[in-house]
Amino acid sequence: MSTKLELGRVGEAVRRIDAIPKVTGEFAYSSDLFGAGMLWGHTLRSQHAHALIHSLDISRALAMPGIHAVMTHDDVPGDKRYGLEFPDQPVLAFDRVRYCGEPVALVAAEHPEQARRAAAKIILEYEPLEPVVDMERAADQEPIHPQLWTLGHGFRDDPRPNVVRDMRIRRGDPEAAGDVSVEGYYELGIQDQAFLGPESGLAVPDGEGGVDIYVATQWLHVDRDQVAPCLGLRKEQVRIHLAGVGGAFGGREDLSMQVHGAMLALHTNRPVKFVYTREESFFGHVHRHPARIWMEHRANRDGKLVCVRARILVDGGAYASSSTAVISNACSFAVGPYAIENALIEGTCVYTNNPPCGAMRGFGAVQSCFAAEAQMDRLAAALELDPVELRLRNALAPGDSLPTGQKITGALPVAEVISRAAALPVPEPEELPRDPIRLPGGAGNTTRGDGVRRGVGFAVGFKNIGYSEGFDDYTAARVRLFADAEGELAAEVHCAAAEVGQGVTNVIVQVARTELETANVVLAPHTTGSVDSAGSSSASRMTWMASGAVQAACRAAKDELERRGGRLGSGEEIDLERVYRHQRTAPLDPETGQVTDERAHVAFAVAAMRVVAEVDVELGLTRVVWIGTAQEVGKAVNPQAVYGQIEGGTAQGLG
Amino acid sequence: MKIALTVNGEPQETAIWPGESLLYALRERLGLPGSKNACEQGECGSCSVLLDGSLVCACLVLAAQADGHDVVTVEGIGEDGQLHAVQEAFAETGAVQCGFCTPGLIVSTVDLLARNGEPSDDEIREALSGNLCRCTGYQKIFDAVRLAASRA
Repeated sequence: MSTKLELGRVGEAVRRIDAIPKVTGEFAYSSDLFGAGMLWGHTLRSQHAHALIHSLDISRALAMPGIHAVMTHDDVPGDKRYGLEFPDQPVLAFDRVRYCGEPVALVAAEHPEQARRAAAKIILEYEPLEPVVDMERAADQEPIHPQLWTLGHGFRDDPRPNVVRDMRIRRGDPEAAGDVSVEGYYELGIQDQAFLGPESGLAVPDGEGGVDIYVATQWLHVDRDQVAPCLGLRKEQVRIHLAGVGGAFGGREDLSMQVHGAMLALHTNRPVKFVYTREESFFGHVHRHPARIWMEHRANRDGKLVCVRARILVDGGAYASSSTAVISNACSFAVGPYAIENALIEGTCVYTNNPPCGAMRGFGAVQSCFAAEAQMDRLAAALELDPVELRLRNALAPGDSLPTGQKITGALPVAEVISRAAALPVPEPEELPRDPIRLPGGAGNTTRGDGVRRGVGFAVGFKNIGYSEGFDDYTAARVRLFADAEGELAAEVHCAAAEVGQGVTNVIVQVARTELETANVVLAPHTTGSVDSAGSSSASRMTWMASGAVQAACRAAKDELERRGGRLGSGEEIDLERVYRHQRTAPLDPETGQVTDERAHVAFAVAAMRVVAEVDVELGLTRVVWIGTAQEVGKAVNPQAVYGQIEGGTAQGLG
Repeated sequence: MKIALTVNGEPQETAIWPGESLLYALRERLGLPGSKNACEQGECGSCSVLLDGSLVCACLVLAAQADGHDVVTVEGIGEDGQLHAVQEAFAETGAVQCGFCTPGLIVSTVDLLARNGEPSDDEIREALSGNLCRCTGYQKIFDAVRLAASRA
């Protein structure tokens, strides 16, 4: 056993490979980088949510001390717009700005303070326009993108102004009635990932017209594919290298400083570093969509759901980002992990002049979950049933269908996670008087316990794993086998999977050690320069996908080794790359929201949460006393990391 | 202007612009980026260092104020190339994920355990209340502090 533990194979709790450099301070994050002759970049951002730009005068900024470049939209060498799904977002605003904080101009200087001061000297003449701020009214107002970017992409075409995607899922008979019906209306606010490491990176000109960008991101290759056209360069002239990532949670799917840094670096022929401040970071990435959700649940006396009707409206903000997939997830998972024969789910995502929204942990399923689980509690109350029992009676199981008509195949232990979470022992009630730190309001000392009530909440989360609706979702891995200095077999693994803190570097190495049966495995730097795309560290997919790709590459390398007699001589090597794909998904029918093939989502995860909380009913202050959870995690490649993800995700769910 | 200070036991001199924070000077002038730039407004504790033995946010101290003083950063916590028990405990318990908060938490925990070798959970909570983490949910950070305390 002890040698196995040293090996660090799949399924063993393994110390993070990067733990030591991270505790000593040596780990190089994207804001820690330095290049000889390096300049500091700074972004001038709009102070208006919606305005026309009449003029832009950079002459005073250029005359400031230490300034090497001031650049505007005129200086964008290639495509003026980019985007994850639709090219609707300007590299630098032209003609108009669409949200407060939108990048307008760039400055490169010898010192960051010089860059900030010069940016303040740029003269912009704006004509403020009435901003579209209310998601309920957005589809009736003037379009902020007259180009209707998302039309004609296979979704249900909705030509109303400011509609990013409108979809509906119609299943069975949406008019089907039950013995009881409960309705609810839910409003959810915007939320921010607030990762600790602000957006940052270093762009270095390669001397041959290309550029190397060292940046904290979630998907190296899709960054490259967006950056290169904006720079007017071929893809291979832009190399994206993963710098240390200080958290991501979806907020690094979209570009931040990548194009800006490269523009300044190529223009000045110097390395250029960007480091956003904390305040700027909130303008520098997308957020979780605020939502307004109406739901009606109809059920029979025995508690079985008959029909769910939902209307889901989310505010995508000024640019599309990944909003089309977010609203799709919100609709797909609107019912939660419950079996249902009849449903009508209508979802709309709109453009507004609010901050752009996109990916954040849970990606649309979170908003729906809040409403759907509150509905289950209302329904339980109306039926005078235990809320946990109601959930168990409706628990989705293999063989059942989702509202999209997709049949659940494989394992989905919804009832089991519910039962296990419900069986967790909760803490005993605490006596009064207590230390105020153990009361709602905490050190604020707002109560001695009067008006404080304790309650238990229960909810079930349900979400897809992997990219959906026909996306060609793949991960590549490359393995190089060679004989090391001692003549022992050694492996170098290349995979562009972004390590964002979740521990995928360990997963890659653990899989390679397991497959190759050696601890002699090193992970090469994550870069677009040496291996094909890994896809995104998003959608809870990276462990699965990287494992598949690394396993395939290792097995192919072992086969080749066998062909060569099981040994490699000095200087001899095996170097090959393999691609892993999960089962293909297919789009939903644009009119009915029903699957057009076997599946629109490839797999699912389910989590049951049980929370003990105290509320000061006079002041509305709360104290979360305890949280217990049971989750379906598949195979835990590194159990320590899985617990870490569950604990961290739970805390982030609190706010 | 020029400042002279002791960092991790070594005398250092550097030119600075008077508006620079100690954090900026450490990271950008002295080649010690271990102290982190997460908020730069004294909220998150990621830049925690010891200034003449007192725990401070390096972002809230002007570099000029550190002139003539003694600074210990996360890079100077270990001794003779060995990890400090607190560093060891953070790595072992899984208290490190993205790790951006880790240097600050290490310095804060070293400061706590120097003052109180057997802290209660509430004492740990209070001592580390100035350090924010977005990845771990703090559970394994508690485990790390308890483990380090038990070994001291």
